[in-house]
Amino acid sequence: MNTPHRIVTPMRRVRGLGAARSGTRDFWHQRVTAVAGIPLTIAFMIIVIALMGRGHAAVAQILGSPLVAVVMLLFIVNTAYHMWIGMQEIILDYVHDDRLKLPSLMANTFFVFAVAFASAFAVLKLSFGV
Amino acid sequence: MVEFALPRNSKIVPGKTWPGSSKANVETEFRVYRWNPDEGGNPRIDTYYVDREDCGPMVLDALIWIKNKVDPTLTFRRSCREGVCGSCAMNIDGVNTLACTKAIDDVKAPVRVYPLPHQPVIKDLVPDLTNFYAQYASIEPWLHTVSPTPEKEWKQSHEDRAKLDGLYECILCACCSTSCPSYWWNSDRYLGPAALLHANRWVQDSRDEATGERLDKLEDAFRLYRCHTILNCSKACPKGLNPAKEIAALKKAMVERQL
Repeated sequence: MNTPHRIVTPMRRVRGLGAARSGTRDFWHQRVTAVAGIPLTIAFMIIVIALMGRGHAAVAQILGSPLVAVVMLLFIVNTAYHMWIGMQEIILDYVHDDRLKLPSLMANTFFVFAVAFASAFAVLKLSFGV
Repeated sequence: MVEFALPRNSKIVPGKTWPGSSKANVETEFRVYRWNPDEGGNPRIDTYYVDREDCGPMVLDALIWIKNKVDPTLTFRRSCREGVCGSCAMNIDGVNTLACTKAIDDVKAPVRVYPLPHQPVIKDLVPDLTNFYAQYASIEPWLHTVSPTPEKEWKQSHEDRAKLDGLYECILCACCSTSCPSYWWNSDRYLGPAALLHANRWVQDSRDEATGERLDKLEDAFRLYRCHTILNCSKACPKGLNPAKEIAALKKAMVERQL
C-alpha cells in the first residue's frame, strides 16, 4: 500500500484530531454492568440449574413467574451491554485500519442487538406461554 | 491490525561472538542486540565475555567495559550512572530497567541486553523516543494559572505537597510506557503510563488552575482509556513509582466530575 509522503512534527502527530470528548461514559458503564452482573449471573445460574431436565410445561411455568422472568431479562440486557462495551474495547485495542475497524464495530453492535433481542424474545415467549 | 510478530526486517539473526580473555578468572557472558543503520540488514545478537574482576557491578559498567575494551562500536545512551537521568533505560533479561541500577549478579547469565521494546531503533541499544517526548510535551507539564501571579511564590500546604510524592520523581526513562502492551499497539493515540503519570502530577497539584482543561484533553477513548490496568508499568518502573495508580486517579477524577 502506498502511504502518501508527509512531513509533520511529532507534536502534530500526537495531538492528532484532538480529544474525542467521550470515553468516561463507556468506562463507567462497563463498571456498572460488571457490578450488576455479579448478582444477576448468580441468579441466572440458579434459574438455569432449576430448569435443567424439566419439560416445556414446567419451564414455561417457572419463567411465567414475574420475578424469574424479570431477573432473566435484566441478566440479558446487562450482559449484552457489558459485552457490547467489552468487545468494542478489544476492537479499538487491536484493529487499527478504519476499513476493518468500522465494519467490526458495526458488526459488534448488530451481533449484540441480535443476541439480546433473540434471548429476550425467547424468555418472553416462554414466560407468556404463547 | 496489531502485529504480534516482528516485521521481516526486524527479525534477529545470530551475530558475532567476541572471544573472552584467557587471563580472566571470572567471566560473564553478555548477549547484546546490535543494529547499525549504515550497514542495514537485520539486527543481530553479539556475544561478549566480560572480565568481572576488571569491571564494576552493574550492567552499565559491563556495557562501558565492552565499549572500552572489546568493541568501540557498541552504541548506547548513558549519563549519570546512578538512576537519576534515565538515559540508560533498556531491556535487560526481558525486563525494562536502567542498566546503571541493575546489578549483573541479579541476572542469570547470559545477560541479554536489548533496546526498549516496540520503539524504532536508531542504533544498537538506542531507541527513537521522539513520539514519547512529544506525548510528554502534549500534556503541558508546567503550572497553568489564571490568577494574578503572586509577589512571592505560589503557596502550597504541606499536605498538598505530599500529594506530589510518587509523581515528581519520574525521570522519563520510558521503561513503563515501552513495557505496556496497550502502548505497543496504540502508541500513536494512547499517551502511555509515563505521560499520564505526569498528567496526573499536574491534575493533583493544588497550585494548578487548569485541572478541568487538563482532564478535557484526556477525555478520549484512546489517550487515557487504552489503559486496561495491565500493571506492567508499575512492575517495570526502576524508580519504584506506580503509574497504574496515577492513571486510576485520573479515571476517578473523570468519573467524579460527571457524577
